Amino acid sequence: MTPELGQLALILALLLALAQGVLPIVGAWRGNGALMAVARPAAAGQAVFVALAFGLLVWAFVHFDFSVQYVADNSNLALPWYYRIAAVWGAHEGSLLLWIFILNLWTVALAAFSRQLPEVFAARVLGVLGLVAVGFLAFIIFTSNPFGRLLPMPADGGDLNPVLQDPGMTFHPPVLYMGYVGFSVAFAFSIAGLLGGELEQAWVRWARPWTNVAWAFLSGGIVAGSWWAYAELGWGGWWFWDPVENASFMPWLVGAALIHAQAVTEKRGSLRAWTILLSIFAFSLSLLGTFLVRSGVLTSVHAFASDPRRGLFILCFLAVVVGGSLLLYALRAPKVAGGKPFRVVSRETAILVSNLMFTVAAAMVLLGTLFPLVGDALHLGKVSVGPPYFGFLFPLLMLPVVLLLPFGPFLRWGKSDAAPLKSVLLRVAIAATACAIVAAFLVDGQLKAIAGVAAAVWCAVGTLLYVYKRWREVPRGRRYPAEMAGMLLAHFGVGVFLVGVLLSESLSVTRDVRMAPGETQTIGSYQFRFDGVHASRGPNWHAEQGVVTVTRDGKPVAVMHPQKRTYLRGQVQTESAIDPGITRDLYVALGEPMDPAKLEGAWALRLYHKPFVRWIWAGGLFMMLGGFASAADRRFRVRRAAAAAQIEPVAGESRA
Amino acid sequence: MSRLAPFFGFMLLVALFGFGIWWNTRHDQREVPSPLIGKPAPEFVLPLLDDPARTVSKASMLGKPYLVNVFASWCIACGEEHPVLMAEGRTLGIPVVGYDYKDAPEDAKAWLARHGNPYDMVIADREGRTAIDFGVYGAPESFLIDAKGVIRYKRIGPFTPEVIASELKPAIAALQKEAP
Repeated sequence: MTPELGQLALILALLLALAQGVLPIVGAWRGNGALMAVARPAAAGQAVFVALAFGLLVWAFVHFDFSVQYVADNSNLALPWYYRIAAVWGAHEGSLLLWIFILNLWTVALAAFSRQLPEVFAARVLGVLGLVAVGFLAFIIFTSNPFGRLLPMPADGGDLNPVLQDPGMTFHPPVLYMGYVGFSVAFAFSIAGLLGGELEQAWVRWARPWTNVAWAFLSGGIVAGSWWAYAELGWGGWWFWDPVENASFMPWLVGAALIHAQAVTEKRGSLRAWTILLSIFAFSLSLLGTFLVRSGVLTSVHAFASDPRRGLFILCFLAVVVGGSLLLYALRAPKVAGGKPFRVVSRETAILVSNLMFTVAAAMVLLGTLFPLVGDALHLGKVSVGPPYFGFLFPLLMLPVVLLLPFGPFLRWGKSDAAPLKSVLLRVAIAATACAIVAAFLVDGQLKAIAGVAAAVWCAVGTLLYVYKRWREVPRGRRYPAEMAGMLLAHFGVGVFLVGVLLSESLSVTRDVRMAPGETQTIGSYQFRFDGVHASRGPNWHAEQGVVTVTRDGKPVAVMHPQKRTYLRGQVQTESAIDPGITRDLYVALGEPMDPAKLEGAWALRLYHKPFVRWIWAGGLFMMLGGFASAADRRFRVRRAAAAAQIEPVAGESRA
Repeated sequence: MSRLAPFFGFMLLVALFGFGIWWNTRHDQREVPSPLIGKPAPEFVLPLLDDPARTVSKASMLGKPYLVNVFASWCIACGEEHPVLMAEGRTLGIPVVGYDYKDAPEDAKAWLARHGNPYDMVIADREGRTAIDFGVYGAPESFLIDAKGVIRYKRIGPFTPEVIASELKPAIAALQKEAP
């Protein structure tokens, strides 16, 4: 009975979403307050029914209701409860339900925190979100029903894809979706702004905290995904430029551009059309990501079921949403370049350059991701675009951004004096050169590593110089408003990230070896001793588990247990062993047995020494924290009076 | 006009995606053109499953075309393919060599005893070493090798009666036409 209830709840949610999408927008157009007032109750009702459907699916998983096809496909009696809950979003249907559930969370939050906004504007924003929800609910109900029955009911189910049975993967999709879906809010704000016309420019200020939070979630989701790929796939890599990874990275890049563009538009009134366009792009790329992942248009390591009917539905939805909003943009975007003028040496210019770079980088990633498809279309044969393309172009495009980064906070809006910038340049250049020279001796002349140290010091010292300047010049309590603190955290994170990427890429040592029990391999100053393999069991797998003892100068460092797991349905999964550290990770993956004697004999092992690899994710987490922190700024908690004043005089504009 | 540029750019993208969906309904995603087709099969020497003391090599198979079918007792899709081979294997007119891939001999023997043996002979590659030379990345997978030891056709995934009729039999017919 419960699955049918879930189905019914989704249908009711769809009807409410229709009400939420159509009535308030018509009301705002006609000036009908009663219709506009439908928005909040409809949004709340929709959220209740979607939450009910989601809860029922969780319940079906927790209680092994194998009469539900989706549950039977993705779980079994031996699967631990936490992975049964994660299995809700372990495949296509459930992950869409999670998508719409999270959209409802955002909508409800917006409905609750938008009471200070003008009624007309809030009605339009909630209406746009309602229309997005209509598309996704219809997609679920018509092509991807998670509550389909399976009769007769099997005694036991299949299995959750073993690569998903990992803590990283449990959190990765929800956090990533929080980011993806969060851009729908910025999107709804800008569409509402376009619908409302010139009068409602203040929307940018209201949209800013939402954009920052969405971007922060997206950063967190990407970090979790990257960490999972590193720990679980057993290749020791952290980023593969795979189509699905790119799908999450493109909105991130555009989101980073959007955050900066919104700051310019809010504080100076310039770049208004550009900010609107970026909001549309950020959400479109989120939808595009969903399309790429769910339609099977591109093949990837993320093997999702592909169904042309689903692909066609999302494509039509994408065409309507994105095509419609771009058309609206063409008709209604502000015609005159407004805002205060700015000179060449100004914060606006720096942000414009970084915006350009972020956007071009996103376009570059899009081109690389879609190129195999273009290859098919133009009969060029099977083309694959891989890391050499991305690995060459991406750093090249980001170089100007990194070079400009230390100056950002020091630059003033409108027009900046050259003198203070020169002193910053002198200091960061000296610090970066000095550290690079020291690094050159330590890393044996590896250019990439030296560049990494220099670039990281460049960013970090520049950021710290500004922290120090504020500390010296501004009285206590007003030194670091949340918005600025967030910016500094995120910029510092870029430095941390650069250390991680460039040092681990250039200094990592990988060794594929055949080791008999008792044999030792030396990497750097670490000795890896292989102590044989024994059998091991888990709740729903059995494994061959190796024991590798690591010592350094005779002192024990770690005992590592890499596994080769076989899950219930015979899928084999490598579970690598990682000994984490601030300056290095040790990483061991178990390969194949080399002797027919199997367990007791020699095994193929893959040993890694990865310096500073953890800094990659630390950098990402700094950026995430930065996004959250800046969204918390008190300035964004506008009162009704301030909001009603449409465009306020900009106070303290050189502030952040 | 320039304000419409993003819209037109996006429409181009939509057209590309529409094409992608259409293309995928026509083409098998897994259809990766094998670099091995038209190339000599890799050298191999593998023991017979039933009699490990005897081996079969590429040299010993020269002179007549044959089909190599990679299977394993642990492979679920092989179980789907098996009845098809049982029914049609003998109608091909060429020897069918079973290639037992990364499998314990007892398991493979038990599996063949239970489901029937469609093969003229079964060779065992317990470690999967030779399979790497063949570019095998999963089971089932099949290779049609001609009398000179050249790979002429490759199938990834299970045979179905349709695939046998539309792909494998024409490929075999083409080989027999070449033969003097």
